[in-house]
Amino acid sequence: MSQTSVDDLVEARSEYSAGFVTDIESDTLAPGLDEDTVRFISARKDEPQWLTDWRLKAFAHWKTMPEPKWAHVHYPPIKFQDISYYSAPKSQADGPQSLDEVDPELLRTYEKLGIPLHEQAVLAGVVNANVPPVPSMGSNVAVDVVFDSVSIATTFKEKLAEAGVIFCPISEAVHSHPELIQKYLGSVIPQKDNFYAALNSAVFSDGSFVYIPKGVRCPMELSTYFRINERNTGQFERTLIIADAGSHVSYLEGCTAPMRDENQLHAAVVELIALEDAEIKYSTVQNWYPGDENGKGGIYNFVTKRGLCGGARSKISWTQVETGSAITWKYPSVVLRGDDSVGEFYSVALTNNYQQADTGTKMIHMGKNTKSTIVSKGISAGFSENCYRGLVRISPTAENARNFTQCDSLLIGGQCGAHTFPYIENKNNSAIIEHEASTSKVSDDQLFACQQRGIDSEKAVGMIVNGFCKEVFRELPMEFAVEAGKLLEVSLEGAVG
Amino acid sequence: MSLLEVTNLHATVGAQDQQKAILKGLNISVNLGEVHAIMGPNGSGKSTLANVLSGRPGYTVTDGSMTLADEDLAELEPHERAQLGLFLAFQYPVEIPGVSNMEFLKASVDSLARARGQEQPNTAAFIKQVRLLAASVDLDPQFLKRGVNEGFSGGEKKRNEIMQLLLLEPKLAILDETDSGLDIDALQVVAEGVNRYKNENNGVVLITHYQRLLDYIVPDFVHVLADGKIVQSGDKSLALELEDKGYAWLT
Repeated sequence: MSQTSVDDLVEARSEYSAGFVTDIESDTLAPGLDEDTVRFISARKDEPQWLTDWRLKAFAHWKTMPEPKWAHVHYPPIKFQDISYYSAPKSQADGPQSLDEVDPELLRTYEKLGIPLHEQAVLAGVVNANVPPVPSMGSNVAVDVVFDSVSIATTFKEKLAEAGVIFCPISEAVHSHPELIQKYLGSVIPQKDNFYAALNSAVFSDGSFVYIPKGVRCPMELSTYFRINERNTGQFERTLIIADAGSHVSYLEGCTAPMRDENQLHAAVVELIALEDAEIKYSTVQNWYPGDENGKGGIYNFVTKRGLCGGARSKISWTQVETGSAITWKYPSVVLRGDDSVGEFYSVALTNNYQQADTGTKMIHMGKNTKSTIVSKGISAGFSENCYRGLVRISPTAENARNFTQCDSLLIGGQCGAHTFPYIENKNNSAIIEHEASTSKVSDDQLFACQQRGIDSEKAVGMIVNGFCKEVFRELPMEFAVEAGKLLEVSLEGAVG
Repeated sequence: MSLLEVTNLHATVGAQDQQKAILKGLNISVNLGEVHAIMGPNGSGKSTLANVLSGRPGYTVTDGSMTLADEDLAELEPHERAQLGLFLAFQYPVEIPGVSNMEFLKASVDSLARARGQEQPNTAAFIKQVRLLAASVDLDPQFLKRGVNEGFSGGEKKRNEIMQLLLLEPKLAILDETDSGLDIDALQVVAEGVNRYKNENNGVVLITHYQRLLDYIVPDFVHVLADGKIVQSGDKSLALELEDKGYAWLT
């Protein structure tokens, strides 16, 4: 951190708040992480004392924690002191002035994904690109557009407000709904949960906050960054979703378009809380920059996601399509505390070139008659390594718990790896636990059979991989499912032939 | 008019350092409207010929030429050869789990149409057409919803190949021992399909071990392939002679 004192910075902020385009450059924090950094971030957001203390407690604990080494991934040590922990909106002046100046390779990919021109411009960071107020997807998606750690627009706010739904940046919710934040922040993923969760708790930048009141069915799919630029939203996103008794919400996170990002480390935290009879469906499409074909560059995506089925008959469902990032370390989990609660995890993880993924889930059964379903589809191509790691734990209190796990791996080519690490801990004899696993390979004969009918090898692989992932795509919201299919094809480019 | 011209074709199989010569100067010429049967002992190169013509990876053409409708096949990728109108009915049709037969057929027809600058067929009409064709080769339309060849019996797989032949209407159909492993009823269905397909604007190359198939599909020419070359050609009577005497007198 620079010599500037916190007070100066707080003062600077009050000027800043008058408009977003004031002296932006001065708002960027020098690399480094100490207590002052944490205080700065908190002050910058004008947070109440309790939250500053909460961050500091997390930071104090983080300093005592060793970096986790158990995942089946390899990377050079991360230099935490070389990272800047607050990324302010960058001056756009040096961005490309029009689409003509954008890397044609990137545009070709956008085209393949079927992204309209004006959105391509936004995605590629063209200066003065027109941000459409409503994404082309249609009017059923509310988008909380987040740019550079600061939310600047929220659509559909009124319609949501009518239903009593709160959907806003978490930094705003800290002020507008402090009681909910104080009660639930860290209630599912405590500050000390793990190394990266602790880091996130100390320095989280921003993210989304959702509250669905009792008995309300959220009138639309909620989406934070749907297609709209995710550039520098902050390396340390924090999302909190609370579904009160009897409510229902479907939330979409991510974007199929490839994202360029200078930040190498991303450590997000997502907490979900479902009360009695409530249901949360959380879908993710992750396509961060995976590095080049030689494994240079790319994002480290170390995410902690967990949901709590707190009330009886509640349900939490995670669906994810992971194709990006150089390294993915991610286990969206469900704690099934309420009786008769249901947890689901549907995952497609695709790795190509030198990508590494260690992903899966944890289903923690505590309540009676709790049920969980895990369907994981791992696809490895190139020289990549793809691991499924999953835990099913049946506590002594979980009478008649039921789990079904299906874990399939598909290999493309002879240089990649697929690994499965299932953990089952059963402490109740009434439990029924099933685990199915398979490994298969896209064979040369299959490819040739397709080619002989006029289908080129790239399309053929896409078709076979899409077929392999069908069970998971079925769980995605319709328009996402189509895009996810295209995304897999694009991500596998060069994997054959 | 000449459809397929194969001249002095030499081809090897295997990786770079351990190539084995299989075709050693093969000549064959197929005109539109003709059916050619290629017979020969095991290991003579019959299936290799089908694989080399269709461009299966693992084979290398070392000499000679092969053209389809005056286009040099050796220059083309396998899917481009298919788009040009070359169809191979596989000896061992492969299973593709997760991809339904209907989806596979639509992808095929769409790819071919796109490559030829034609309009892609309307989906509803397409599904109807495929169902009718399936019924015409005694395939239960339920099979169309399953993965490609997934859980099909040997006979069902072969009927599926013939159904594809009828759907795609290629210029040249190469049938690689489509008759092997079929009972007499299935054999008749297959033969009936091929007879329905053939006309003055296409050609058929039948690769077979047995004379039996030729009772149902009458060839215009019969060739005997031995040690990578055509050693004898004739009309249908040659097949009968082979049935009688075996191959030994020729090789």
